[in-house]
Amino acid sequence: MSQIPREYLINRLITLVLTVLIAATLIWIIPRLSPVDPAEIALGRMAAGAGSVANADEILATLRAQMGIDQPLIVQYVKYLRGVLVFDFGLSTAAFPTPVASLIGTALPWTLGLMLLSLIITFVIGNLLGALMVWEKSPNLVKVAIPAAMVFTSIPPILSGLLLMWIFAVKLQWFPITGAYGLTVEPGWTWAFISSVIHHGFLPALSIVIVTFGFWALGMRGLMITVQGEDYTTLAKAKGLKPRYILYKYMIRNAILPQITAFALKIGLLIAGQVLVERIFAYNGMGKLLYDAILDQDFPVIQGVSYVIILMTALSVFIVDLIYPFIDPRVRHEVA
Amino acid sequence: MTEATSATPLTRAEKQQARRLRRFENPWMNPKLIWGCSLLLGIVALGILGRMLWNLDLVFTGSSTLKLPPIGFENLRKQPGVWDTPLGTDGSGRDMLSLIIIGAPNSLFVGLLASLIGMSTGIVLGFTAGFVGGRTDDVIRVLSDVMITIPPLLILVVFQSSFGDVSLTMMALLIAGFVWQSPTRLIRAQVLSMKQSGYVQMARLSGASTGHIMFREIMPNLVPYLFGSFIANVTTSIVTAVGLEVLGLGPQRIPTLGRTIYEAINAGALIQNLWWWWGIPTLLLAVMFIGLLLINLGLDEVSNPRLRKLS
Repeated sequence: MSQIPREYLINRLITLVLTVLIAATLIWIIPRLSPVDPAEIALGRMAAGAGSVANADEILATLRAQMGIDQPLIVQYVKYLRGVLVFDFGLSTAAFPTPVASLIGTALPWTLGLMLLSLIITFVIGNLLGALMVWEKSPNLVKVAIPAAMVFTSIPPILSGLLLMWIFAVKLQWFPITGAYGLTVEPGWTWAFISSVIHHGFLPALSIVIVTFGFWALGMRGLMITVQGEDYTTLAKAKGLKPRYILYKYMIRNAILPQITAFALKIGLLIAGQVLVERIFAYNGMGKLLYDAILDQDFPVIQGVSYVIILMTALSVFIVDLIYPFIDPRVRHEVA
Repeated sequence: MTEATSATPLTRAEKQQARRLRRFENPWMNPKLIWGCSLLLGIVALGILGRMLWNLDLVFTGSSTLKLPPIGFENLRKQPGVWDTPLGTDGSGRDMLSLIIIGAPNSLFVGLLASLIGMSTGIVLGFTAGFVGGRTDDVIRVLSDVMITIPPLLILVVFQSSFGDVSLTMMALLIAGFVWQSPTRLIRAQVLSMKQSGYVQMARLSGASTGHIMFREIMPNLVPYLFGSFIANVTTSIVTAVGLEVLGLGPQRIPTLGRTIYEAINAGALIQNLWWWWGIPTLLLAVMFIGLLLINLGLDEVSNPRLRKLS
């Protein structure tokens, strides 16, 4: 238990590396299969700026050489993989000399912050509510209200985001409509900036929380029902322990652990949902970066953002897989 | 239900008990399942009846006055809603009713088609992995482990931004490439555990063929799980499709609910108080997802009798 079996670790590592490799390859190969030529897009952008372009063929050739797409595919692929390893995705074509990595570097903290915040809130609320639905001592109101509220949790965050934005930002004007912080606030560790960030982040976070806690609550309900029928729960009751003590120390403690693996499977969807929420709130994260890149046909940025998000997902799954048996002693690292 | 249906009148408690017993007899008569199916059928009916009864030419740009509100409301220019466009019009004069008549079944179609293909692939791969074992099993298991981690939205964003316009069917096919993993894993796990169970051993001893064991012995036991997984995949597929559409990708020439929302956000419909423009597609999608959730909850109760006691 105290240490991870070597074979298991190697197994998980291979899955991680394969995931990242396949994702990186797909991201690279798909644009190559398309008839669209990035050099022509760049030329089109120049033509749109300048009105007309003389000796277009020469410029096209130079652009192709600059982008490296005149080399054999295998050379391009190896170069690309080597770049990806050190997060070098080349230069953004829309914001030209800016490296893609630095664009991602500024957007990533916002996305991570919003994600962690909403994730912790949903996990706590969802699991608590799911547990209360099963617990026989919880007030009847909880048992009626939760299933009703949970109906709304089948909705993807983008829809709840639109609704919340309309109610709280447009109609009531309690919260700002877009952005991650106020335009008049100087970024820094000042109270004004932090409060502005919280104020701006509240609605995006809420729109994620409101649609994801039901997933946890549902899972928790199923697990709690199983735990409820276990002998140790019956024994705890027979011993005359306080119901609340049984709920926290016997039931939730045993039921909550498999929820953590459920998280590993769900994280991809969570991140994708958040990308969309960021897009509608124009929140300064990866979602907005991706959306702007799609509008500008900025392929290096699209590739970079997709890669980083997939890498984040794969890493979280890997970490959950590794630490899970430490949290739950009933599970051992299986050598599959 | 009327009171005087049976010759010997039952008391209320007896009736309730009878109903409860009936529910245990036939778990498929689950209220959640029925409600969920009705909601989805409602959307299909909207598509079919709408095509028969409504003039769909109104879906073209500029066919009506711009930004008209639904009946009974006024827009910012004090124009009242008119009966020609009962649900209002969008920013380029398209009738909202026609938009949803065409768009709503489209979203459902993408979800069902993608999920169906994913499911079939999953069944084939899952059974193969579970039965053949060895190297084949390793490859399928690792591949599904790998692919389940990759969020479909991002790969599809890369695909569609480099290929441009796609058709509805093409989008469904692309999404299907990302929803076969969970049925594969589910079926593989079930097949592996069922292979050891008494009744499969018995069938094998009595000389049943592999095909017979697969489809007559194991498959029927998997049906509730398969349905559950299918519905979950329909939801995932629709969420992915709507996500792509809201990012401005997806089919460009066919009205879809996601694209309508995309156009509404881009035109600032939220700030201009054109709530019907984004609100109606949002509401329809919400109905669709709630329907799918209810079906899933109902299926859970069908396959897990312990849950039934709660409701």
